[in-house]
Amino acid sequence: MVRVLINVPKQVRSGEAFEVKVLISHPMESGQRRDSQGQAIPRDIINHFVCTLDGETVLDAALFPAIAANPFLSFSVVAEKSGTLALTFTDDQGVTQTEMAAINVV
Amino acid sequence: MIARRRFVLLASCAAASRADATVAEVGALIQALVGDAPLKEGLIHLDLPVMVENGNSVSMTVSVTNPPAPVEAIHVFAEGNPLPQVGVFQFGPRSGAARVSTRMRLATSQTVIAIARLRDGSCWRDSVDLLVTLAACIE
Repeated sequence: MVRVLINVPKQVRSGEAFEVKVLISHPMESGQRRDSQGQAIPRDIINHFVCTLDGETVLDAALFPAIAANPFLSFSVVAEKSGTLALTFTDDQGVTQTEMAAINVV
Repeated sequence: MIARRRFVLLASCAAASRADATVAEVGALIQALVGDAPLKEGLIHLDLPVMVENGNSVSMTVSVTNPPAPVEAIHVFAEGNPLPQVGVFQFGPRSGAARVSTRMRLATSQTVIAIARLRDGSCWRDSVDLLVTLAACIE
């Protein structure tokens, strides 16, 4: 389990786009670096990120080692009714983690 | 000694061809992505600083304004990185605007390219030439 910070507005208007910001605590080891013994440090990154709102896709991102450590993503979402935003990401070990955030439509 | 010199020479040649390969690699990746469709400038906007102090974390925003058809995906490539791909962002039905911000690594001063593919099959391109003062540590 890694630490995830999610920023969503407290209230949003129906049909109006709003911004979601996500910050994941992860080293995003690129696999290009070597340690002090000259051994290659194995790659360990979050390679896939999906955001859905009540099952409907918002953003599906394939990430590569060129994404900086502690990946930050900011994107826009549009909601017609209140629901749950699910943020799912997978790392190189195949470990999947899902975080939820409530969306309140007024 | 001579064997060692030959090894060093070979190694440096390999390193040089590796650095050159990514520009061709990006070209091949874009060709595979775009196919026969014409690659037009405009519509997509790639926002990156022209002068980068620290290549380990560079804020990037890529957006498509007023697309004639929904945006299928935005692809980002860094020509000067050892691995040229940065990200592929596909937008779903709940996406508000075709815009995404993230932070990326840059190994050297280079050109970063963003390609947007729309549902009508058209492809749009934007690029930024930037200078990197402190490169992302590869060593």
